[in-house]
Amino acid sequence: MMRLPRFRYFAPTSVKEALRIRAGEGESAAFVAGGTDLYPNMKRRQQTPKTVIGLSRIPSLARLRAGADGLRIGSAVPLSEIENHRKARRLFPALVHAVSEISTPPLRNMGTLGGNVLLDTRCNYYDQNYEWRQAIDFCMKKDGTVCWVAPGSPKCLAVQSADSVPILIALRARAVLASPGGEREIPLEELYANDGIRYLTKRPDELLTEIRIPPPDGWTASYRKLRRRGAFDFPVLAVGAAVRREGDRVAESRILLGAVASAPVRASRAEAVLAGRPLDGASIREASEAAAVVSRPMDNTDFSFLWRKEMTGQWVGMALGDLSRGG
Amino acid sequence: MSSRRPTRIVGRPFTRVDGAAKVTGQTKFADDLALPRMLHCKLLRAKVAHARILAIDVSKALAAPGVVAVATGRDLPVPFGILPVSQDEHALCPDRVRYVGDPVAAIAATSEDAAFDALDLVRVEYEPLPPVGTIEEGLAPAAVPIHDHGDQGNIHKLVAMQFGDVDEGFARADRVYDNTYFYEGNTHLALEQHASVADFGPDGKLTLWSSTQTPHYVHRALAKVLGMPASRIRVIATPNGGGFGGKSDVFNHEIVVAHLSRVTGRPVKICLTREEVFYCHRGRHPTLMRVRTGVKKDGAITALHFQTALDGGGYGSYGVASTYYTGALQTVTYRVPTYRFEGARVFTNKPPCGPKRGHGTPQPRFALEAELDRIACDLGLDPAAIRREHLQPANSLTANYLRVGSMGLGACIDKVVAASGWKKRRGKLPFGRGLGIACSSYLTGAGLPIYWNQMPQSGVQLKVDRGGGVTVFCGSTEIGQGSDTILAAIVAEILGIDPLDIRLVTGDTDLTPVDLGSYSSRVTLMTGNAAIQAAERARELIAGAVAKKLELPPERIGFAEGRVFDVENPEKGMTFPEAAVAGESLHGTLGTVGHYRPPPSAGRYRGAGVGPSPAYSYSAAVVEVEVDPETGIYAVPKIWIAHDVGKCINAALVMGQVEGSVYMGLGEAMMEEMAYRTDANRNVVHKFPSVLEYKSPTTLEMPEVETFLVEDPDPNGPYGAKEVGQGPLLPIPPAVANAVYDAVGVRVDEVPVTPEKVRRALKAKAQGKPARVGPERFPAVPYPEPIHVRTPEEGGDGKAEDAPVTAAGGVR
Ligand SMILES: Cc1cc2nc3c(=O)[nH]c(=O)nc-3n(C[C@H](O)[C@H](O)[C@H](O)COP(=O)(O)OP(=O)(O)OC[C@H]3O[C@@H](n4cnc5c(N)ncnc54)[C@H](O)[C@@H]3O)c2cc1C
Ligand code: SF4
Repeated sequence: MMRLPRFRYFAPTSVKEALRIRAGEGESAAFVAGGTDLYPNMKRRQQTPKTVIGLSRIPSLARLRAGADGLRIGSAVPLSEIENHRKARRLFPALVHAVSEISTPPLRNMGTLGGNVLLDTRCNYYDQNYEWRQAIDFCMKKDGTVCWVAPGSPKCLAVQSADSVPILIALRARAVLASPGGEREIPLEELYANDGIRYLTKRPDELLTEIRIPPPDGWTASYRKLRRRGAFDFPVLAVGAAVRREGDRVAESRILLGAVASAPVRASRAEAVLAGRPLDGASIREASEAAAVVSRPMDNTDFSFLWRKEMTGQWVGMALGDLSRGG
Repeated sequence: MSSRRPTRIVGRPFTRVDGAAKVTGQTKFADDLALPRMLHCKLLRAKVAHARILAIDVSKALAAPGVVAVATGRDLPVPFGILPVSQDEHALCPDRVRYVGDPVAAIAATSEDAAFDALDLVRVEYEPLPPVGTIEEGLAPAAVPIHDHGDQGNIHKLVAMQFGDVDEGFARADRVYDNTYFYEGNTHLALEQHASVADFGPDGKLTLWSSTQTPHYVHRALAKVLGMPASRIRVIATPNGGGFGGKSDVFNHEIVVAHLSRVTGRPVKICLTREEVFYCHRGRHPTLMRVRTGVKKDGAITALHFQTALDGGGYGSYGVASTYYTGALQTVTYRVPTYRFEGARVFTNKPPCGPKRGHGTPQPRFALEAELDRIACDLGLDPAAIRREHLQPANSLTANYLRVGSMGLGACIDKVVAASGWKKRRGKLPFGRGLGIACSSYLTGAGLPIYWNQMPQSGVQLKVDRGGGVTVFCGSTEIGQGSDTILAAIVAEILGIDPLDIRLVTGDTDLTPVDLGSYSSRVTLMTGNAAIQAAERARELIAGAVAKKLELPPERIGFAEGRVFDVENPEKGMTFPEAAVAGESLHGTLGTVGHYRPPPSAGRYRGAGVGPSPAYSYSAAVVEVEVDPETGIYAVPKIWIAHDVGKCINAALVMGQVEGSVYMGLGEAMMEEMAYRTDANRNVVHKFPSVLEYKSPTTLEMPEVETFLVEDPDPNGPYGAKEVGQGPLLPIPPAVANAVYDAVGVRVDEVPVTPEKVRRALKAKAQGKPARVGPERFPAVPYPEPIHVRTPEEGGDGKAEDAPVTAAGGVR
């Protein structure tokens, strides 16, 4: 069996206490929510924190509230709770759908939204056990110097693979980050950087406390995911799309591609194509083509990357098709 | 071999004897075992695909906390291997590593963590050698061959044989087809990871508990490598959490823990990680195939020329047999009057390939069934009819001297054709939807054992005690297929008792007579026949004693429902325990034995040992697909399968095996790939040894399966039973490819049939290029001049001749 390395474990009961422990332990500490990403990574020695700070006993992080200002989801709310939340299902069916496609039912009982939003980027050369990585001399993301996907690349190209992220950004979600210095709220989009190693703009000592989604206000959304098996698999191409219509014309839209870069990719040209037009066959086709241009998957996930690129237009078309029917 | 009495248990879907323990989590698998003072073992595995070991320094590891012993190749210099002709493995590599994952050192420590931590302290100095990553590279001349045995360079084995006047067969054909196919490697993916516990006792005897399908072969290898008399070694096969051929070899870790227990005097355990199981492998050989087929206009085959090239990985394993198997069973389904087979296996620097469910036959079956579909479509014939009309007849000898007994393939085809609405729907569904058919056959046990001997392949001992208890001792190994249940059912049937009352002792080399193991679909037929013999002998003893007591002729004595009685006056009789007392009073201690030896094979040419079997099972399947032409993604909503099992001993187990085979076959057809990277560092590494990224379907991907059991009893089977564990896998991959063709008109001549390939073929078609994806060419293989064997039809006697045979009977 693959074994966890030794580490110290803390179980604070408040955000303040969690931050204090983090400040004391420094860079060798990691937060853990459900642990469905962190612990497997530790077993493979991709991450080797000496101290792990558990978040599951902090009541404020486990709250899920729906109100006039929309939905506030504590970072440690389990995914299955979101799936089963009546208001969330009614207000944000596309988000609930995306969440229900994350991993498997037992993992969704453990895994949290915060953990998903902060999910490590993935790569076939990196999500391997220690011995395997040793055999390829490691790579830039951990213990090595070269990127095996693109040996000339100055940066890591590991893939943004969290299902909730493209749809949350399409839904204009915001993230609340707490640190000893105080709290800040940023558009979720700004949390990500297109670098497989430094894929978050969050400082390591910041704790994600909440995800806030504004009320729909006329927006409708759809999430479409490409994966090998319907039962479970990380996305290898994902589309989160949302539109607001005035009459039968698109007033605003937000189209996000997932799993084709180290950060979620906004398909701005596709959004521009839709502006002021009805969501019909012609506009969807043009928008899909525009979106496909910015899709640049690399050969580090399941399926051939050329096919994934080719499928981008299809998937954008399907998501927009959902909106033209359901909207 | 079967008794003529009507049956009460055999044929019914009764509960399996190990069912309650399995579903309540109480079955003790190897990893559940723990002994006092037990040490834990970890293997240091090579990080380079091909290299000489220059030096190993274990001093730091030995000094690490918790470490009790360290072993290297020097401690275990004797080679082993499952086949006598391929003794090319070492428990730990002494001087050369041949794939990433090849074990070079072993650590025994007081905890698994301590052993793991110490791995990093072992220093190994390598001199890298050029790695071989593909079949083509394996065929090229090699400066430093991976092994010094083998036919030439990195070519491990070359086979060439010709049956009958193939040239004349092609000359007689109306059309000749020539196509190439590829079947990617894949692995067993049993849920249980291999585990072993060794205990070298103070009495100088060694006990090894191991998740193995072949305790007898492990026993022999341990004796050889450890240099101990076999009589002092006991191997106990723990229930396997799935085997599928992945636990049929003797593995490094089994020998290593035995050695470490001997040197430390403490029990030593190992449980492999999932990654290590991928490195053990022994799965499906990636196989390139070229098929030339001569046919008449009505679809009758006049000649078949089959060439295969197998990627064997780093060691021999079962590879010589696998190579022969890629050419053996083409002849038992449809009439093939003249046949030429050429096969080659190359060594590459990857985990060794070996036997996976269907051993060596799913690859050629895929090619043959795809080829027939092509031929039918080209000739304007119905693909179901072209098969149905040219079946190899029952009770016949094939061109390569395989003796076909019962043959229910026609009935199988009829079932799936009717149930799927084939005649109305095939070729007539809207674009994007399609049906495909394929058939297959598989052995019910290999005719020959792995090492040459004249002893039985299966033995059973049976003990009846004076309390009426019946214990059955048999070397057979329960790998989940239900072998224990079959033994209990057969003995219970004959002695008229409840199968759940029987005590079974199986897979234990100290306590049970040898059964060669759970491979080649041999167990039900061979142990079943041995059990019939032992139980009938016990019955005769007891019946004689009861007859004497009741003053009746022994023929009047019946056994049923726990009683032994007068069949003409059933009230008159006694309970089974009373009958056992009568038996023991008359005869003394009651114990009987039974054994089984397969009939001799008809072929007497070199290579004739692979292919013969007491009986052949048959399957036919129709697969329905829905293809999205824009993406190439397809779904399989339904599969119809019919399997000729001869006779069900237990219908529930038979259905389970059929559906399990369909499931595994569908995984191979649609997604499974044992893929490697050769780019990084010029090292050859497994692409992704994990269950998440080695894509295999889950139960949620399983389509609806409608199963039909065809019972065409075979005179060689117990109650007429034939195999079911492997055969039903075989038709699935070709039926999927054929269905895709029916749906969108493109051929994917490669397994797996992935969405990317379907899409690529559709794009090729749209551009006016050949509407197919598959290997463009077959490599140049230096096959030798084939041996020539006259077919039975040509009046042959099964022996090879010196020169080519002509149809006229002369020698060319
Ligand atoms: C077999 C398998 C399949 C999977 N399939 C999918 C899939 O299909 N789609 C998908 O999106 N994911 C998938 N996952 C990944 C994972 O299960 C989910 O992303 C899950 O939501 C992670 O949440 P968690 O609470 O378990 O994260 P954790 O493992 O607890 O944390 C993840 C990361 O975030 C950090 N972190 C967590 N919470 C906070 C916080 N509040 N503040 C600061 N840092 C924090 C941790 O330090 C860690 O680095 C899969 C995982 C497995 C093992
Ligand atoms: S993209 Fe390159 S650097 Fe990043 S994880 Fe993969 S191989 Fe390593």
